[in-house]
Amino acid sequence: MIKAGTVAWFAQHETRLAWRDWAWLLSGGRRRRGYTVLLGLLAFIVLMHGLAYLTLARAADLAAPPDKRLLVTIGGTLLLYWSLMLSQAMEAVTRAFYARGDLDLILSSSASAARLFAVRIATMALGIAAMSLALAAPAINVLAWLGGAHWLAAYGVVMAMAMAAVAISVMLTIGLFRAIGPKRTRFVAQIVAAVIGASFVIGVQLIAILSVGTLSRVGLFQSEVIVNHAPDRDSLWWLPVDAATGNGPALIVVLAVGAVMLAGAIRFAAPRFGELALAAGGVSHSPARSSRRAANLHPQSPGQALRRKEWLLLWRDPWLMSQSLMQLLYLLPPFFLLSRMFYGEGNGAALLVPVLIMAAGQLAGGLAWLAISGEDAPDLIASAPVTASRVWRAKAEAVAGGIAMVFGPLVIGLAIVGPMLGVITLFGVAVAGISATLIQFWFRAQVKRSLFRRRHVSSRIATFAEALSSIIWAGAGAVAVVSLWIAIVPGAMALTILTTAWMLSPKRQ
Amino acid sequence: MAQLSPQLLSEAALEIRDLAKCFDRPAVDGLALRVRAGEFYTLLGPNGAGKTTTLRMATGLLKPDRGSISVFGIDVLADPVAAKQIMAWLSDEPMIYDRLTPLEYLYFVAGLWGVDNDIAEARARELIAWLGLSAYAQQRCEGLSKGTRQKVALAGALVHEPRLIILDEPFTGLDAASARLVKKVLRERVSEGCSVIMTTHILEVAERMADRIGVMCDGRLVAEGTLEDLRRQAGAGHATLEDTFLALVDPDRAQGPIAA
Repeated sequence: MIKAGTVAWFAQHETRLAWRDWAWLLSGGRRRRGYTVLLGLLAFIVLMHGLAYLTLARAADLAAPPDKRLLVTIGGTLLLYWSLMLSQAMEAVTRAFYARGDLDLILSSSASAARLFAVRIATMALGIAAMSLALAAPAINVLAWLGGAHWLAAYGVVMAMAMAAVAISVMLTIGLFRAIGPKRTRFVAQIVAAVIGASFVIGVQLIAILSVGTLSRVGLFQSEVIVNHAPDRDSLWWLPVDAATGNGPALIVVLAVGAVMLAGAIRFAAPRFGELALAAGGVSHSPARSSRRAANLHPQSPGQALRRKEWLLLWRDPWLMSQSLMQLLYLLPPFFLLSRMFYGEGNGAALLVPVLIMAAGQLAGGLAWLAISGEDAPDLIASAPVTASRVWRAKAEAVAGGIAMVFGPLVIGLAIVGPMLGVITLFGVAVAGISATLIQFWFRAQVKRSLFRRRHVSSRIATFAEALSSIIWAGAGAVAVVSLWIAIVPGAMALTILTTAWMLSPKRQ
Repeated sequence: MAQLSPQLLSEAALEIRDLAKCFDRPAVDGLALRVRAGEFYTLLGPNGAGKTTTLRMATGLLKPDRGSISVFGIDVLADPVAAKQIMAWLSDEPMIYDRLTPLEYLYFVAGLWGVDNDIAEARARELIAWLGLSAYAQQRCEGLSKGTRQKVALAGALVHEPRLIILDEPFTGLDAASARLVKKVLRERVSEGCSVIMTTHILEVAERMADRIGVMCDGRLVAEGTLEDLRRQAGAGHATLEDTFLALVDPDRAQGPIAA
């Protein structure tokens, strides 16, 4: 029996909570038989290993000592991966400050809050590492199979990267708290997390467009320009890459640096966490913001009232707005590509059309979820003298309005470059948006809109169908640029996905 | 209690016949209930008695498995839109939007009920003043206290001037002053001819405010009438409504007096 209030006791408590959270994520919050989840996991693992094999099988001799080109590719990939880990860690740290959960209970108890927060920060590092390892494992395993067991050292590098990411996130969040206060930190930290996650991907794509003329990241890493400008082979910058390729001393150094960073962050932050969490807790109890002039919610019809309400709520919630529009950051490279096409340098239409269609599908899915499942006053709407069909239509129109506002200028720009491109993109954006909205409608479930980030958990089928339909419509758009007739095939596939989703959706009265 | 005119008393604000709804077990089981126009009717019952389920079916939020519901003669199941037009529903959890101000919320609700803009504006401002919300009118609801939020929701329920107001535990979380104000507002509405149906666990509220009280247990109406009627139905010796209520829904527990 572990003594209550000790580090081990808190660790046991946190591990149990973390495990149940994972189980909930895997099962989608429903009771399922263990073997069903296990089978699903196995299928996923096999699929991921298959994809990793297809990607890596044609790579250079992986058993030989890596040349500079391979070092740059591995280094770039690690940096890309780490930026995503840092983004996840920022999210986790912010959540730990602001999600009340059990904080009131713990902070009002006589147990040492510093111990709990030390354990909680370590658990965050473990969680980030576990998730990153799960995603990286297929690639590492295939590398070890094709190139030798020394590639397994990459697991250690991923662990060290997770520790460093959590340490930096903790220190950055505390720095933000001190600099701009708890209220602004909540918003800024979320934005910083998203920008960190997206910036490296976007930055690399922008450089790739400028130098190589494509959106391909690997193409950039392997280009002569980058390889020639990379640090010399004996530079310390290559330490993590050396560690990942099986250099024992390098691995020990990398792991030690990660562990020291995490230990330092824990030592510094754990005693302060309670005080900062209390400050964060005060945010929700602070006076409400005033709106000097009431928004124009004098509608001509109930439908107009609903549409205006949806737009106003989104506009006034910077966090939700940033979350739903974050995907648009990924539109920056295609937008850049479009501007180059105006000047006749490059011909990226085949890439641009599907990117826009895919982004429209994803954005429509997010907006539809907010309007349909994230309705905060469902009883009010249901008790109003408006038919359900009119309510749904108004909500769909609110989504369509958002999509039109974001994608309209891009489609017009594309139509100026090539009228046919504009027509294809317009059609693709419309069908991808409609498909995503329909899927969200069929799989609607009443959830608090603050749970937007976890919307995928409520229905795995809806998430999968939404992503798949967006991808296939995007593919259809790309094919349509070459041949409209051939585009019928992916178009039919997307419709099949949609029909299947409808058939699998919960039956309602 | 307000004196009800004979004309109003003859009209049924809500009429429920043979209503049934089953989830894992029967929540409402063959319920029959008649609330007169201009009446303040309170529904009592232990947790899980089926009170909220009944009211949610009456407001069209839940489909019954069986039975009929009519509001001022309008069949709720056949013509829900017409029935909802003259009804208002207020639950214990205020159904408001954090990012709207109380005034914007009232404009939105008025828009849903198709109230003309000029009338909506006048009514909204009147309700804001009446419910003591003027200081919060331009503040977003996110920072308002539970009691203030509940008052905003109540204002929303009144903005389209419904003929029937249905409230589920409206006094949950309200302080004494807010509770008194809400009671006053409801009584005034009843005196103007509006009908009110309310569930509550606060027996004192039922005792003081209701024209008639219905007691539900296991999805059925086990007793109904004025407080005197209920005392008679429960048998002699039950002086307070609490004693009477316990005798009706749980005769075993009603026997034991509370230790001093």
